[in-house]
Order: sequence, then C-alpha cells, then structure tokens
Amino acid sequence: MNIDYNVWWYLVFGAVISGYAILDGFDLGAGALHLFLKKEQSRRIAINAIAPLWDGNEVWLVIGGGALFAGFPVAYAAIFSAFYIPFMIFLVGLIFRGVAIEFRSKETMLWWRKTWDIVYCVACIIIALSLGLMLGNVVQGLPLNTEKEFAGSWSYFFNPFAIQVSITTLALFMMHGAIYLTMKTENRLYAKLHLLANNFTIFFVVSFVITTLYTLLYIPHLSDFFKGNPGFFVIPLLMTLTIANIPRQIKRGKYRYAFLSSATTIALLLIMVALEVFPYLLYSPQYPENSITVYNASSSSKTMKILLIIALIGTPLVGIYTSFVFWTFKGKVKLDEMSY
Amino acid sequence: MNVEILARIQFAFTIAFHYIYPPLSIGLGLILVIMEGLYLKTGNKIFEQAARFWIRIFALIFGIGVATGIIMEFEFGTNWATYSKYVGDIFGSALAAEGIFAFALESGFLGILIFGWNRVSSRVHFISTILVFLGSLFSAVWIVVANSWQQTPAGFHIVGQGMNARAEITDFWAMVFNPSSVDRLLHVWVAAILAGAFMVLSVNAWYILKNKHLEIAKPSFKIALVVATLFSLSQLLTGDSSAKGVAINQPAKLAAIEGHYDSSSKADMFLLGYVDTKKENTKGISIPGGLSFLLYGSFSAPVKGLNAFKPDERPPQVNAVFQFYHIMIVCGVLMILLSLFACYLWWKKKLFTKKWLLVAFIWSVLLPQIANQAGWFTAEMGRQPWVVYGLLKTSDALSKSVTANQIIFSLILFTVVYIVLFILFLFLLNGKIKHGPIDYGVKESIEEGSKRDNPLMSH
Repeated sequence: MNIDYNVWWYLVFGAVISGYAILDGFDLGAGALHLFLKKEQSRRIAINAIAPLWDGNEVWLVIGGGALFAGFPVAYAAIFSAFYIPFMIFLVGLIFRGVAIEFRSKETMLWWRKTWDIVYCVACIIIALSLGLMLGNVVQGLPLNTEKEFAGSWSYFFNPFAIQVSITTLALFMMHGAIYLTMKTENRLYAKLHLLANNFTIFFVVSFVITTLYTLLYIPHLSDFFKGNPGFFVIPLLMTLTIANIPRQIKRGKYRYAFLSSATTIALLLIMVALEVFPYLLYSPQYPENSITVYNASSSSKTMKILLIIALIGTPLVGIYTSFVFWTFKGKVKLDEMSY
Repeated sequence: MNVEILARIQFAFTIAFHYIYPPLSIGLGLILVIMEGLYLKTGNKIFEQAARFWIRIFALIFGIGVATGIIMEFEFGTNWATYSKYVGDIFGSALAAEGIFAFALESGFLGILIFGWNRVSSRVHFISTILVFLGSLFSAVWIVVANSWQQTPAGFHIVGQGMNARAEITDFWAMVFNPSSVDRLLHVWVAAILAGAFMVLSVNAWYILKNKHLEIAKPSFKIALVVATLFSLSQLLTGDSSAKGVAINQPAKLAAIEGHYDSSSKADMFLLGYVDTKKENTKGISIPGGLSFLLYGSFSAPVKGLNAFKPDERPPQVNAVFQFYHIMIVCGVLMILLSLFACYLWWKKKLFTKKWLLVAFIWSVLLPQIANQAGWFTAEMGRQPWVVYGLLKTSDALSKSVTANQIIFSLILFTVVYIVLFILFLFLLNGKIKHGPIDYGVKESIEEGSKRDNPLMSH
C-alpha cells in the first residue's frame, strides 16, 4: 500500500475515532449501566469516577469532527447531511449527558437526583445506539447521487445490519464502562460491578458473534480485504484473543488488564472496519462510482500537509496532559466536599 | 418557509444560545487566574474561597458551553453541506487546530480545576487554572480566524467551477492573519473578558446590597471592577480599529451599519435612528459627518454608500444591521460610564455607599451579553448576502439533501431543549448565588484569613 498524505490522514482520523471510542466509551458505558446501581451513594461514586474525565474524553469527538471536516470535507458534508436526524438525536443525547452530570449534584432533593439519573442513563444509551447505527450504515454504505449527497430517506438507516452494529456498540461500551468502574470502586459496589462486568461481557460476545455471522452471510464484500490479504487475518485473530482475555482477567480480579483488553478490542475492531472499508469513506452500493473515497473527498495536499504538522505537534501535547489528568485522578473514588 | 431561511434561523438560534457561555468562560477564567494568583501571593484564604466559589459557577457555564458547542461543529455539515465543501480546505484546519490545541487543553485541565483541590498542590492548581484560561483564549483564536476568513478571505485560490468550486489554501499564515482576524480577535477577547467581569460585579453587588458575605464580596467586586474598567476602555480602541477595517474590507457592511446610502456625500454618525430601506434614507439623532471624521479624520470626506453596490450584493436587512450595531455601542458606552463612575467613587472612598449604583451593577451583567449578541448579529447580518464575502452566497451554501421538514424537526427539538437548559441554568445559577461563596471546602475560617492585611478590604 502506497502511503500518501490522504492515507496518512485516514490513519490519523481513524486513530482519533478510536481514541474517542475507547475514552468516551467507558464514560458512556458507565452511564448506560447507571440505573443498574440502586443506591444514591453508589450512583454518586459512579458519577464521580468519570466526572473529572468525561469532558476531556469528549474532546476526541470534537477533534474527530474537525479532522474529517479538514481532511475530507466532501465526506464531512455528505455524512452529516445524510445522517441528519440520527445525528441530531445523537447531539441532543450528548447535551443531556453533559448537563445531567453537571446538574445532578447541584440539588439534594431525591426526585431531582433520580430524574437526572434517568436522563443521564437514557442519554448515554441513546448516544451509544445512535453512534452504532451510523457506524453500521457507514460500513454497509448509503445510496449516494452524483453530487455525492445522500439519496434516500431516513427509514433507510434502520436496516438489520445497522441495528445489529448499534446493539453491539452499546454492549461493548457497557462492558468497557463496567470494567472501568470496577477499577474505581470498593467493597459491595465493587462486587456488584464485578457481576455486571461479567454479564455485559457475555452480552457483548453474543452480539458480536451475531454481527460477525450476519456480515459474513449477507454482506460478503466487507470481508474481501481479508480474503485478498490473508496476512491481515492476524488482526481478527488477535481480537479474538483480547476478547477472550477480558473474562479471564475479570475472573482473576485484574481489572486494569481487563480494561486494557477491552480498550484494545475497541481499537482492533475499528482497525478491522477501517481496513474493510478503505479506500471508501462512504460507499454507495448501488452506484459505486458515486462513492466517497479518501481521494475524491480530500482537501488539497497543501492542507493535508498543514494538518499533519498540526497533528504532529498537537498529539504529543494532548497525550501529555491527558496522561497528567488521568494520573491525578488515579485510584479508587473517594468522595469529598468538592465531589459531585 | 424555505430551507434557506430555516437553516439560517437554526444557525442563528443555536449559535446565539451557545455564545452566552464561552465569553463567560473566558472572562471568568481571567478573574479566576487573578484570584488564585492573589491567594498564592498573599496566602489569604478569602481569595481561595472566592476562587472555589467561582470555579463551581465556571463549571456550570462550561458544561453548557461544551454541550451546545458540539452542535455548532457539526451543524456546518448537517445544514450547510455545500458551504462545508467550499471552505473545508481552509476552515477545517482552523477547527481541527481549535480542537487539538485549545479545547483539549481547556477540557483536560478543567477536571483538575473542579475536582483537583485535594489532589494537587495550590501551585499546580493555579497552573491548571492558567492553562484552562489559555485554552479558552486559544479557542477564540481559531474560531475567530475561521469566521474572519469568511469576512475577509485571504491566502487561498478557487479550484473547480459552479457546484464543485471550492477554496484551497495557498498560504496558511495569510489565511490565519487575514485582514480582519487580528482586529476582530482582540475585539472578541475584550468583549468576553467584560462578560466575565460584569458577572462577578453583578453577583458581588447583590451580596453587598444584601449585606451578605461582605468579606469576600468586597474584594471580589474590586478585582472585577479593575478588570471591567481597563477592558471596557480598551474596547474603544479595538472597536475603532475594527470599524476602520470594515470600511476598507467590507464597505457594504459599513454603509449598512450607519444606514449610509449616498456614496458621493459625507457620512453622518448616528446615535439613534431608523433606516427606511424603501426610501433609502436614515433618520435619527446624528453627528453630521461623524463617520467621515472617524474613518478619515475629516468631517466632509465621502464614504462609499449602499448605492454603490448592486441591490443583490447589499445586506438585505439594513435596518437590522443598523440597530444591532447601535445597541452594541450603547451597551459599550454604558459599561464604560458605569465602571468609570465606580472607580471615581472608589477613589473618593465611597464605593459601596450608593445603593442605586449597586442595583445598576446587579443588572449590568446583561450589558456585555447584549453587546456580544448584537455585535455578532451586526457582523453576520452585515456580511449577507454572502456567507463567504464576495465569493459564496448564503443561498448557495445549503445541504441539497436536507429538506425543510428535517430542519423544522431539529429546530423544534433544539428550541425545546435549549429553553429547558436555560431555565435549569438560571435555576441552578440562582441557587449557587443564593448559597454564597461558603462551604466549598476551605477548612480555615474566614475570620482568621481576613485578619491579615488586605488592601482590598478597605473602602
């Protein structure tokens, strides 16, 4: 494969999206399982486990949006105008997730907190489901016209494959979030999350297997890449191993390793998706000539070069201060007077 | 209503609502830096107490700012697909830079600001506050650069034709330092700092009036007053240089701002007025030749009027541009008068003696907010009918695949959500203010801290 600016930027974009899925994935997962925790104290601890971090994690989405807009403006325009309604719902979900965390702690009335708990949990579930739905449709392809704009109606999005991906995404995040919370909790809450982590791992493995079988049976062209490049079979193989490692580490009580494994699983999943769809950013199955690729959607090579310089300077900086912030808040959650 | 009007209403509504919050973050950021700096320097717990209180409010504001800001980044793609393709090569790099350099800095360290008091030293906390403030300033850089490029495009060339035409970067730094970006950035920064300063003034004026938390309210008020005075005065300079820039780069906008039609004649400067777009004249209280003087130093210098432009290349709503601009000016002048008068009383050692002035300061929180909104409406409506000045018309910038019904759906959705958010925001803000700057984890008692020498405590 010849690696030019466009391919580099595709890799950068993919890395940012993976970063988002791994980082906000555990926030969203922790939120999606929020109502499984019954006691106010447990819910407070769960919120405070992500409260100092979720904002920084969401930045990866902003960077991802900027990266797509900057590097592949045609794809940015087509994808977001196509997914108009699901994307608006996704954004409203993000709004409510953020403000629920912020608002919940500001009053002590029980009804107030319970209301925001529900808003928070539902928002996280909606975010995960709509992200998965859009991902499923991007992977499968959308009908595009010659202007490279979406030529279908919104009911198109609810196809079996996209729904399957949507549920798998939710399961993946819930597993990831539960494992994260086990790292941050103690005693009875910890025991409860241990159980939840186990259950969500099963939930994820089942949905993942169904999605994979569906893909192999009904969308065979998605596995063309791996059939053509058998050397890359090492990636799905590696992923199977990391997935298998998750319940193993949970059983051993080594949650940090379990967390690393689920993070790696997310990265490997997205790498597989990236390899399967490349060079398409948005494939048009009916009229492949209308498809959007990393070449016909890209900015000028001058902009690509500037972007890569920005990424080269920016990424280490973001890495340094993200690590610093994570390091500051490492360890089990201890509620104090500044906690939410 | 057609797609264009709906998409514009949606954009105006979502950006105007969003823009309540970022200026407050920038302005409060500076105040927090000052408060924490004073705490480190003097060791006086009062400043720590004040900082802890305002960080809680900062978090609330920041939270809504982030939530509503994410919408903006994607609204270009959802509603303005043609525009996105047209400017992606240029605009995208500014947005990406904002995300990676500015927003990541801000959001990352915000966690330490709010939750890190017991986990890091005061010094590290202070540095985190500075980084959050810098992050918010950088955010403004990239956003204003991108918007300024739309006002005064530079450092690009056009590739392709018709529907496929788009701007490509030829010179990154010429794009960044396009003719209006420095003027506008300074203007936006100063306006944002005023938003924060007047909020602190307002809340503390209320405490002083109610005779509550005086040991914290008085020094906080004075800190904010110094900031408000310095920055409201310097806004005169950035405003003047922005206006001169508009005269050179966007003469049609300038003519609309003062409702000036006839190119051959001198231009008046209005204090109040009304533009009759049918009869193409403007009535009101004015300084004859004032605009000519301000721009060219002579009361009789001719200024290019709206008649010099083809009807379809003039801002369609001249009167609105005129009014928004003048609302901004009135608010700016009121901020200057209010802060100067308060400084005069401070100098006379009578600062907190006038009840009406404290009441005025309580309401003054609205002045920078109104000025910010009105200023942006002037800038954006004055640029019409162009979305990229002289290059791309707003009517050509839409998403082809998006229908009016979809926009109505999302517009209703956002209206409902934002109204709910705003009510909750006011409710919580009110609760926090009523609760006051106490019990935020400062162990040492206030009295102990205030016994130390504190020059800001005296009248």
